[in-house]
Amino acid sequence: MWRFVLRRVLQMVPVLIGTTFLIYVAVFALPGDPIRALGGDKPMPPSVYEALRHHYHLDEPLIEQYGRYLLGLVRGDFGETLNGQSVASLMATGWTVTVQLALTAWVFELVVGIALGVLAGLRKGGIIDSLVLSGTTFVIAIPAFVLAYSAQLIFGLKLGWFPTAGTDDGWPYSYLLPGIILGSLSLAYIARLTRTSLVENMRADYVRTALAKGLPRRRIILRHTLRNSLIPVVTYLGVDLGNLLAGAIVIEGIFNLPGIGQQIFQAVQIKDGPTVVGISTFLVLIFLLANLVVDILYGALDPRIRYE
Amino acid sequence: MSEAGSDTLAVAQTGSDVAGASASLWSDAWRALRRRVVFWVSVVILVVMALMAVFPSLFTDRGVNDRCDVRFAKHAPSSWNPFGAGGHPFGYDMHGCDYWAQIVHGARAPMIVGFVVTGIALTLSITLGSLSGYFGRWLDALISRITDIFFGLPLVLGALVILTAFPAHGVWTMSLVLGVLWWPTMTRLMRGQVLSVRDADYVQAARVLGAGDLRIMARHILPNAIAPVFVYAMLNVGVVIGYEATLDYLGVGLQYPTVSWGLQLSQAQDVFTDYPYLLIYPAVLLTATVLSFLLLGDAVRDALDPKLR
Repeated sequence: MWRFVLRRVLQMVPVLIGTTFLIYVAVFALPGDPIRALGGDKPMPPSVYEALRHHYHLDEPLIEQYGRYLLGLVRGDFGETLNGQSVASLMATGWTVTVQLALTAWVFELVVGIALGVLAGLRKGGIIDSLVLSGTTFVIAIPAFVLAYSAQLIFGLKLGWFPTAGTDDGWPYSYLLPGIILGSLSLAYIARLTRTSLVENMRADYVRTALAKGLPRRRIILRHTLRNSLIPVVTYLGVDLGNLLAGAIVIEGIFNLPGIGQQIFQAVQIKDGPTVVGISTFLVLIFLLANLVVDILYGALDPRIRYE
Repeated sequence: MSEAGSDTLAVAQTGSDVAGASASLWSDAWRALRRRVVFWVSVVILVVMALMAVFPSLFTDRGVNDRCDVRFAKHAPSSWNPFGAGGHPFGYDMHGCDYWAQIVHGARAPMIVGFVVTGIALTLSITLGSLSGYFGRWLDALISRITDIFFGLPLVLGALVILTAFPAHGVWTMSLVLGVLWWPTMTRLMRGQVLSVRDADYVQAARVLGAGDLRIMARHILPNAIAPVFVYAMLNVGVVIGYEATLDYLGVGLQYPTVSWGLQLSQAQDVFTDYPYLLIYPAVLLTATVLSFLLLGDAVRDALDPKLR
């Protein structure tokens, strides 16, 4: 097991270097003038332009620039906003909100998603199955921000069940509606994954064996089939974090939750390029680390992976 | 009709021509497919949307941002029934342009982005996936590591970073950026498919008969490995269109003189409580399009995979 963990961690290193290099090249080194892009629409005096060029070390060779950038990332330096505040300290004020939102969404999608998937998979082709399939397709097809605005209008403004914006009511009440909307896309995928793999596993030999030796259906489903069916769901959780983080940008913007996502959202609105890049890079790193954890968990759950 | 849709039909039909009475995979799928209502409904919706994108003049006599009058800005349609609302079935947008005309013109950008991104990703993934699956060894290791790196960039975040760095981008630049980010999942899928048929008996037979690598890949492996990747690509067009709208909404996507559904939704966001029709109409068209691609892809997958029947 430890050899497996070590191998996965070592495999992560080139990926980390590769993704940060990609981001760096895309943002700071490709043709097109990043300094003017950072300034947005306003024209920039030449002296400011030169100073900024020097400030971002764009007058040095690429590999040296990248090395400096990577060293900064290791030290937790994600650059500065256009106002000169460090992006790291900006994020420090927002991360609790984002974590609360993501956790709410995560619990919701896991519990409801798996339950729906099991209900649908047990009676393939039945009414519940058709409802779950069509409902999830519909959720996948609607862009999250349209869903969020509709929910805000209907459940927030018209019916008054939930607060429409802000975090004044604290966790969990303020986070319920945004969390449900944020989790709904992943819920659709989780329900479908659970359903498909449950249907496949129901036909497996070990289920027939269990049935033949007279185990009750309930026990077969809960102890034998469901456990095996959840393996693909665990794999999905890593990818899913990418969805949640990206979704948080949209949802926090709409529901006015002062988290990291809203900071990106506002930075885009005021064309504050360095903030967008700094926070996104941080989120990419979080995404990679979470995937590493999921990979290792996956190895612990399924011995076949460990010895491949 | 959508490109993906017509391709299936074409392949399915030639499949049945070539195979004659005996059922090939594609002709068998086509026979199962043409009995399904879902298939025809989504094909019809996509044909209409594609016509809007290619020949907007069939649906409206106005051009892009044409004959706009600020005095009519945000005039709601006189009736929720578009057929009973006179000459301006969807009312006017924020700048006083006829909303129906703007929405018709808004179909082109998402369609182009959807197909170009999927096209780029499909080309890259078929090439890289085949090379990596077929030749294995160091080439596989190299391609797989590069795939890992791109896989580490979640789509919205990656697109957000790159598109922020290029504020002045049109439909084509945006497609290129998304296409370059989009290929890893499909490449992994393609590689897995190639691996699963690489050592089949008929491939061995072809090799013993003296077929070269290129011929084996093109004539024997590709036709037997492509189906799932192709289905994924079809679903993917819809997913890309949804992402395009989200990026427009966030403000890093397309910009003003271009019209697109995502941009219209983005402009409607601040006023939608008072003028919900500004949000609803483009949202309905966008959702119908994405939904059709998803349902079409699902139907084709069901038809192609006998295990799911």
